[in-house]
Amino acid sequence: MTLAKPQTQNLEFDCDTGNYHTFCPISCVAWLYQKIEDSFFLVIGTKTCGYFLQNAMGVMIFAEPRYAMAELEEGDISAQLSDYAELKRLCEQIKRDRNPSVIVFIGTCTTEIIKMDLEGLAPSLEAEIGIPIVVARANGLDYAFTQGEDTVLAAMVQRCPTSADLDSPAEKEERNSIQKLLNFGRQKAEETPAITTEMKDHPNLVIFGSVPDPIVTQMTLELKKQGIQVGGWLPAKRYTELPVLDEGDYVVGINPFLSRTATGLMRRRKCKLIGAPFPIGPDGTRAWVEKICSVFGIEPQGLADREAKIWASLEEYLAIVRGKSVYFMGDNLLEISLARFLVRCGMTVPEIGIPYMDKRYQAAELALLEKTCHEMAAPLPKIIEKPDNYTQIHRIQQLQPDLVITGMAHANPLEARGINTKWSVEFTFAQIHGFANARDILELVTRPLRRNNSLRDLGWDKLIQEEVNV
Amino acid sequence: MKLAYWMYAGPAHIGTLRIASSFKNVHAIMHAPLGDDYFNVMRSMLERERDFTPVTTSVVDRHVLAQGSQEKVVDNIVRKDHEETPDLIVLTPTCTSSILQEDLQNFVERASLDAQCDVLLADVNHYRVNELQAADRTLQQIVQFYIEKAQKKGELPTEKTDNPSVNIIGMTTLGFHNNHDRTELVKLMGDLGIDVNLVLPDKASVDQIKQLPRAWFNLVPYREVGPATATYLQETFDQPTVDITPMGIVETARCIRVIQKVLNAQGATVDYEAFIDEQTRFVSNAAWFSRSIDCQNLTGKKAVVFGDSTHAAAMTKILTREMGIHVVLAGTYCKYDEAWFREQVGEYCDEILISEDHGAIADKIATIEPAAIFGTQMERHVGKRLDIPCGVIAAPIHIQNFPVGYRPFLGYEGSNQLVDLIYNSFTLGMEDHLLEIFGGHDTKEVITKTVSANGDLNWTTDALTELKRVPGFVRGKVKRNTEKFARDHGHSNIDVEVMYAAKEAVGA
Repeated sequence: MTLAKPQTQNLEFDCDTGNYHTFCPISCVAWLYQKIEDSFFLVIGTKTCGYFLQNAMGVMIFAEPRYAMAELEEGDISAQLSDYAELKRLCEQIKRDRNPSVIVFIGTCTTEIIKMDLEGLAPSLEAEIGIPIVVARANGLDYAFTQGEDTVLAAMVQRCPTSADLDSPAEKEERNSIQKLLNFGRQKAEETPAITTEMKDHPNLVIFGSVPDPIVTQMTLELKKQGIQVGGWLPAKRYTELPVLDEGDYVVGINPFLSRTATGLMRRRKCKLIGAPFPIGPDGTRAWVEKICSVFGIEPQGLADREAKIWASLEEYLAIVRGKSVYFMGDNLLEISLARFLVRCGMTVPEIGIPYMDKRYQAAELALLEKTCHEMAAPLPKIIEKPDNYTQIHRIQQLQPDLVITGMAHANPLEARGINTKWSVEFTFAQIHGFANARDILELVTRPLRRNNSLRDLGWDKLIQEEVNV
Repeated sequence: MKLAYWMYAGPAHIGTLRIASSFKNVHAIMHAPLGDDYFNVMRSMLERERDFTPVTTSVVDRHVLAQGSQEKVVDNIVRKDHEETPDLIVLTPTCTSSILQEDLQNFVERASLDAQCDVLLADVNHYRVNELQAADRTLQQIVQFYIEKAQKKGELPTEKTDNPSVNIIGMTTLGFHNNHDRTELVKLMGDLGIDVNLVLPDKASVDQIKQLPRAWFNLVPYREVGPATATYLQETFDQPTVDITPMGIVETARCIRVIQKVLNAQGATVDYEAFIDEQTRFVSNAAWFSRSIDCQNLTGKKAVVFGDSTHAAAMTKILTREMGIHVVLAGTYCKYDEAWFREQVGEYCDEILISEDHGAIADKIATIEPAAIFGTQMERHVGKRLDIPCGVIAAPIHIQNFPVGYRPFLGYEGSNQLVDLIYNSFTLGMEDHLLEIFGGHDTKEVITKTVSANGDLNWTTDALTELKRVPGFVRGKVKRNTEKFARDHGHSNIDVEVMYAAKEAVGA
């Protein structure tokens, strides 16, 4: 059996040159402006930032998005214009045209380099125009892709009210209490019939991470089945509905890239972090719910059955992936959780590239990955932080994996060389959390395999004239 | 600061990268933060490129911010030289790196000592030029570098080719239908008995640049990319330039006649008149189309044109001169080239709009209510919102504007393609309103797609039915004019009588 070996094998970590392709973290405005319905995102940067957003967001750009560029001109760079006056002018225009409940300033590489003091400007600007201004430095100097959301949520942590705030009339006024009350009333009315389980007595629990509304409902219900009442979500549907956070409240993350938000919640709001694997895949979802239950001293009910049923329903997909290998080039920080799920599905993972590895925040996920590998008798993957795409493509050529999960810059060239690829970005935009969405993940993972299976006998899987010069 | 939602032309470094990655075996290294290599995604996705895009980043991160790039850029250049053995590495500054004010030229000089390949620093100012200007500049810079290098080594051929020959300058990666235009122009030159000396930069190798002076003349089909190079060659080698875009039947003929003049001035004796006549009347179908009764139906229809200078100007001329269509407004986002554009289209349209603001052109379209728009992807979406068909004639473009099939815009086949594009845009609109005149496929209740200014007026059922009979593309205008008339004359109910009174009064 495998009893003798497990303790000798440990996950191997490495750090490479950081020469890899990923999206700029300002891309987080694409999903956050949709999530936070009364927000307006102002990206303070250059044409380069604007061009990226315009191209990355595709058709969304034509739908009158609630985001815009504050495009810096030569006069801004050389400080001939006053940052404060310029931003005030733009904010007033936004207030007039859109009347948002919050304006989020996204600081970029340029604002970092010219040291524009956005955090310093925001409070007085906020007082002057009467709209909250949240500052997030989501720049490519420091962060990759999904970490952009982390910087925004970390900034919002400070804006969540305490229950004491809500008692003060002034605060209530500011948070638009009437609308909030109306919403509360509506939510309660909707929720009442759904409650079938008896609620357990437990401390307040807030979940952090931006997920589409259906996922919010599904995960809230999942916990309700265990008698756990979710006290709120960070972010909520509207900025004016940010959850109440008190000292000693419990918080749990839903995504693997939220380490700054977690740190902010612990250090600045004195919340207790539940370190759990992430609810991606049925194994992850079960572990996530179990961990929350165990912290609250609740015996989880019916989870094993539920997980088994989901796995059984996935059999047609599992038959396709079993025994196949998958290589993660790394660009969105979901890699560890996805790899863990795919190992459980019967795949092998030679390498996991990842932009940034927070071993503390992801500790439970890493432990589950290791455990899963042992249980499935799969070799432990090598985890490469800050990968180097050039050397990775070398290794891909040698390993010839059955599937490479990669960014769009490399997908077509790899396909032309007969290597199956799946664009990693799709995992960020698809619904992948909870029991019900495991099918969606496998739908994505197997799509290239299914497609290429149907083309297999045509004899044109390699479509370049000479082998790549690497 | 400028509040901006959309831009027509990209940042400068995109232009530089388009030039570098058009050449064979040229590598670009961007001095940029993580995530700025979005160009690779565009090239890989839009052009469905099979090869890895030869662009990498020397990443600017916190350490670079604190201490400067130090050895990093030089190491990355030397490493790439070793890995891929390119002929040339173009160090590409970005908006971020240009404000760091590092001495990139110094890095280039140091790297040249260790690298086998040539190393150049792209000389563009990110806050002053856009993608198109930067592309034009970079191409000229690379050409000049290799011409001067060959001159120094004494390898520069001075003899012209025996046969008349041409350099076609300005075909690039991610250019609007450039790959098809290239094929079409090469074919056209073949038909004219002109050898193609070199196509630049698309798929050319930098070693071939020194052959440029051998051509009898340079053909620069696009206004945006290539003129700087042609001017340089003209000044240095007295090599003539033909810069007429052969787009549309009339302009193609004009281009060929100028080529004829240029060749004959250098001792050739060519007469292309018979060829032009044959092509125009019998080979291409565009001239015949403009005479056919289909095209007669387009007479006086209103159109709006917007795009880059080349395509918007050529399109305006084709619509007005070759099809009798009424171009109400022609515009371009190439602000830096305003004078040229005005001079080109001045006599072919009522109004000219030079703007980089997509809102300005959208407002104009909404006011003019043309029967068809010819613009970029942005105008296509404006058209969608207003229910006006749009033919896409210029970048910025999406993946569907990189067709797999043969779709040139230039030359005689290009004019055939344009006929289809124009005719299909208009017929779609016609079909659409015919359907509506006869009540559509289903008897839906929606009577008008334009939003009424306000609801203080009451339309009677009869009047609404009558309004429904008005062709779709003018219905909004009729409705507004009628309401304005009713308000001016104090009618709160609009019935059929009021409608016709309005029509008589204002010609609505």
